Amino acid sequence: MKSKPRLYGVMAQFDSPSALVAAARETYTAGYRRINGYSPFPIEELSEAIGFTRTGLPLIVLAGGIIGALGGFFMQYWMEVINYPINVGGKPFNSWPAFIPITFECTVLCAAFAAVFGMLALNKLPQPYHPVFNAPNFALATRDSFFLVIESKDPKFDHDEVMKFLKSLEARDVCDVEL
Amino acid sequence: MPLWLIDLNQMDEPRDEGHTSVHATHSVVGSELTFGSVTDKISAIVLKRKTPLGWFIGFAISFALFQLMLLTITNLLFKGIGLWGVNIPVGWGLDILNFVWWIGIGHAGTLISAILLLLRQKWRTSINRFAEAMTLFAVAQAGVFPLMHLGRPWLGYWLFPYPNTMGVWPQFRSPLMWDVFAVSTYATVSALFWFVGLIPDFATLRDRANSKPFRLVYGMLAMGWRGSARHWHRYETAYLLLAGLATPLVLSVHTIVSFDFAVGIIPGWHATIFPPYFVAGAIYAGFAMVLLLTIPLRKVYGLESFITMRHMHNMAKVMLATGLIVVYGYTIEAFFGWYSGNQYERFMIWNRMHGPYAPYYWALILCNGVTPQLLWFKKIRSKLLVLWLISLVVSIGMWLERFVIVVTSLHRDFLPSSWGFYSPTQWDWAMFVGTIGFFFALLFLFIRFLPMISIFEMRTILPEAEVAGE
Repeated sequence: MKSKPRLYGVMAQFDSPSALVAAARETYTAGYRRINGYSPFPIEELSEAIGFTRTGLPLIVLAGGIIGALGGFFMQYWMEVINYPINVGGKPFNSWPAFIPITFECTVLCAAFAAVFGMLALNKLPQPYHPVFNAPNFALATRDSFFLVIESKDPKFDHDEVMKFLKSLEARDVCDVEL
Repeated sequence: MPLWLIDLNQMDEPRDEGHTSVHATHSVVGSELTFGSVTDKISAIVLKRKTPLGWFIGFAISFALFQLMLLTITNLLFKGIGLWGVNIPVGWGLDILNFVWWIGIGHAGTLISAILLLLRQKWRTSINRFAEAMTLFAVAQAGVFPLMHLGRPWLGYWLFPYPNTMGVWPQFRSPLMWDVFAVSTYATVSALFWFVGLIPDFATLRDRANSKPFRLVYGMLAMGWRGSARHWHRYETAYLLLAGLATPLVLSVHTIVSFDFAVGIIPGWHATIFPPYFVAGAIYAGFAMVLLLTIPLRKVYGLESFITMRHMHNMAKVMLATGLIVVYGYTIEAFFGWYSGNQYERFMIWNRMHGPYAPYYWALILCNGVTPQLLWFKKIRSKLLVLWLISLVVSIGMWLERFVIVVTSLHRDFLPSSWGFYSPTQWDWAMFVGTIGFFFALLFLFIRFLPMISIFEMRTILPEAEVAGE
């Protein structure tokens, strides 16, 4: 079955972060929603420009921290008060002030795990294959080039029109990205 | 916010020409750098440039010393910790003081990568990756000592609360247990923080590597990172949150290390000043180590446009500030000894100054108290060789400090009939030198195979990274 390869989207290449952000804003204003930018470093304005401003990550980290704190404290409580109480120097079984350092360390540990693995999970990493890697100049996305993609899943997507639109944004280069 | 950090903050503001020569001529990055050149220069050290001969020599020496550490450990497992000079009354000798010394050194890395990130200190960018690596490797050395000091290190897992047939649990009221949790959490979180920081740079190396094995390995480590705006957004959130978590963590770790001492009733240990005094000392020693390592490194690899004189001045100032806190600690210790009115405390401080270990005490005051005062002078801070020597002196001074704390308090406590004397054996020294070798062997591997400066963060501080408009 020889047919036209399926399309992931159309990609435009820019030379500077300002050009990319300006183009992303125009694209968003033009009504495209399934868009994404690619850059060699984080650009705060870019995620705003493509309409991505909220992430659930802080909540995941908070949950991790709470689980760590409760788990850390009650682990000690259960071991020292319920499971095997031992009188140490006449101190109460529930010597809660002495349990705080470990509770704190467990809080930080679980929250840090939540931050790292939460970030990776939300980003769907590790992901060995992604269509954008097929684009000819995409290796420069980790050097000094900036890319904007309008995905073919966008409800407004029409190949020729998108091509024309991206070219009008003074991109250095516009190309198809195959799936 | 501490005063000295406010001062550093203000240094980020542009100054009028000629106002102060230091700030006008020493920017955070060289002005000729671009996205492309930053990427190429840093990745070339790993991917393209010929490994300098010095690398092979340095690695060979440190690897040989690492073998000395393995030899010592083998001998230690064979004969027991009597091999070291520790005995009653001095049960903690070089092993515990080396543990404290190494873990203290690690703290500067976390300070640079986490605390200075939260305070938006741009100058941290070119040294944070390296300092984090130093943290990780220093903590690895630190961990070896208490483990070997257990006497039966193969039962070290007894320290962790795992369900066992004996039906008992660890004693959570003991600072030594807190230490297990603090140090293992610190090591884990430092490793996570370091790895997360490396992900975008792995992608950079993946896309630059010419040989297939390198591309494969860096590609796997990068996990398919592609610089997507959505990814960056979550990445930045995660990075900031990790920094926020690492900040109290690093303070807690040395606080808990100081509890190992301060919760005991030994004269000279039972003091409330210990936590802040230990934390300041840790940062002090850590910055000394960062300077000790970066000064030769930037010269050898020609990184002057990344690690500028601005960094040298700032690090020297942090060292001076924390050094002053440490000197305050020494003063207060002496004051407490006198003011407590307690005969054992008084004797302890008298014994430190006049007893058999007095030379250690006065050498410590000379190294940590007097020498760093030279850093007040801009002329001295600008001379890298002098700065390097001062850092070396401070590193030695911090080692002496831990010697004085551990040994002089223990060797003469309450009952003169139980007094004793401690002198390290050759195996104590072999173990210490061995960990230095291990530390440097790891560092050499790091600078050869990983970008020692964070490439993506360097891009963000270039002038061309500014987004125009609005």
